[in-house]
Amino acid sequence: MSRSAAEAAAVPATIMSRRREARPAVRAWTRWLLRRIGLALITLWLISLLVFAATHFLGDPARAILGRSATPERLAALRTELGLDRSAVRQYVSWLGGVLTGDFGTSLATKGPVSALIGGKIVNSTVLVAVSAVIIAPVSAVIALVSARRRDSATDNVLQVALLTTAALPEFVIGILLVTLFSTVVLTWLPSVAVSWTGSPWTDPVVMILPVATLALAVVPYVARILRASLIEVLESDYVDMARLKGVPEWSAVARHALGNAVVPAIQVMALQLAWLAGGVVVVESLFLYPGIGTALVDAVRNRDVPVIQALALLIAAVYVVVNLIADVLTILVTPKLRTGVR
Amino acid sequence: MAVFEVPRKATAGIAAAPAARRPRLRGALASGRTWVGGALTTLVTGVAFLGPFLAPHGENDIVGAPYSDSAPATLLGTDYLGQDVWSRLLAGGTWVVVTAVLATLLGMVLGVAAGLAAGYARGWADEVIMRVCDVILAFPQIVLVLVLLSVAGPERWLVVVVVGVSHAPRVARLTRGMTTGLATREFVQSAETLGESRTRILLRELLPNMSAPLLAELGLRLTYSVGLVASIGFLGFASDPSAADWGLMINENRLALAVQPWAILAPVLAIAVLALGTNLIADGISRAAAGADHTEGASS
Repeated sequence: MSRSAAEAAAVPATIMSRRREARPAVRAWTRWLLRRIGLALITLWLISLLVFAATHFLGDPARAILGRSATPERLAALRTELGLDRSAVRQYVSWLGGVLTGDFGTSLATKGPVSALIGGKIVNSTVLVAVSAVIIAPVSAVIALVSARRRDSATDNVLQVALLTTAALPEFVIGILLVTLFSTVVLTWLPSVAVSWTGSPWTDPVVMILPVATLALAVVPYVARILRASLIEVLESDYVDMARLKGVPEWSAVARHALGNAVVPAIQVMALQLAWLAGGVVVVESLFLYPGIGTALVDAVRNRDVPVIQALALLIAAVYVVVNLIADVLTILVTPKLRTGVR
Repeated sequence: MAVFEVPRKATAGIAAAPAARRPRLRGALASGRTWVGGALTTLVTGVAFLGPFLAPHGENDIVGAPYSDSAPATLLGTDYLGQDVWSRLLAGGTWVVVTAVLATLLGMVLGVAAGLAAGYARGWADEVIMRVCDVILAFPQIVLVLVLLSVAGPERWLVVVVVGVSHAPRVARLTRGMTTGLATREFVQSAETLGESRTRILLRELLPNMSAPLLAELGLRLTYSVGLVASIGFLGFASDPSAADWGLMINENRLALAVQPWAILAPVLAIAVLALGTNLIADGISRAAAGADHTEGASS
């Protein structure tokens, strides 16, 4: 991801030096964008190959469903029913063709279409991730700013140790500690699970508090540490010093000169974390029994429901590719140096 | 400690190889955090390996009523079947620790090999290796692990392999970055001029100069491995559902958090302390490697 951004900066540099006038800016920009989108599409295609191969070659879904004691006749019958007696290439092509038209096949567990099974759960998980992201971004920014402005102070050290501790803990550990503190052993303020919950996230927002808090605590350390590092670099840069020497007030030096230049790492790290959240929800949703794609994936793995596993794995990986594509485009758009480089 | 020796032979007199790393690693040892991390890691690892011999009850012995916090002859009460939580805590760490360590080593070896090869060969080999890495990186680690475990089941060797594979592209990216940086340095070029073999250049010239960042990465990967392996158990996937395992214990007893909190909190705390310990060590090494140890030296 950062590789492609770096390539984007490097490649146009040669364009610029050779014939800057000859190439209209828009064309170079369009070419970069098309190349980047093409790369994303190739990655998506390779991902579909990997998902299919992993679920196809590593084992026999028919045997996995029926168990070790299944008779050969039943196995053969199920293979025909699932289309497993066709060649791998034909199976892949028909699966991919279905995916491209929005048909993810039939769930082995519910016998219904996969898209109907996961559609509502995608919405639930999207809400969970979106609410978490809205909280993570400003909290991380404030922590990073406080830390970077008072580098090596007592506040900074305490924050650093706290971030290091939280970053080390697996999500389910954070979640269970939160449940212990707020909804069972110590206090009983919040519901610990969303188990009785059948509506949509906005009918009962209280059940969202602990899952969101867990995700936020898992992600904030990463974002805050990277933002702190890039802010420190910017705050110690020549142009911020220059601004200070010119007599620009400190708040203005920070707000107008420093923050803008820390935006690029912020975009990149938030993109990575958003993509991580798409999968990070697996453990957190399972802990709180939140009806999203995470619990759906765990259930599908438990039931060996191959079509659902394929659909969810493809979806989660696609989120990563798309989010990174958007982040790279935003990076080029907000960076004057890279922007003129592309031109 | 031969690994940390500066490759002297080819570079003498032509160009000094990067400064010796010994002082840097010593810098890591000078940091208070590294020591705290080492102590925590040793404590949990000790429990994991010695625990099975010290457990007062067998891991599957029924010693009282289920979810009792005051059953006789138990320290932390009983779990969902009436088994002794303390005994299962002592017996259940070996699997997490051994799997996490093996998976981390596998991931490091795969990742370093791929990263060295890609970064030094460049060209199409680089393109192919890094494209494969990009594809694997698109899957969050826990998702990749679950998908790969889904077909063959949670066999122990498979957990090691899939967790290792999920680490490899992340390690490969780091290694590749460092390799491309070092490959144009004078001491590597002089080794090439002297006609040293590729393998020798990779292993004796390039690898030793990345030892500190790679050690820090090893510590970080170990932290994530602990989390991943424990998460697999927590999600209820286990090759032997009756065996004591910290991750699985949490899964088994999770509904009784309000009734018998120790059945869950004991393994949770063990995993937390282990992950924290390895992360503190990783942080100590990476600070020392980055030359930031002077700030640590002042405080410790």
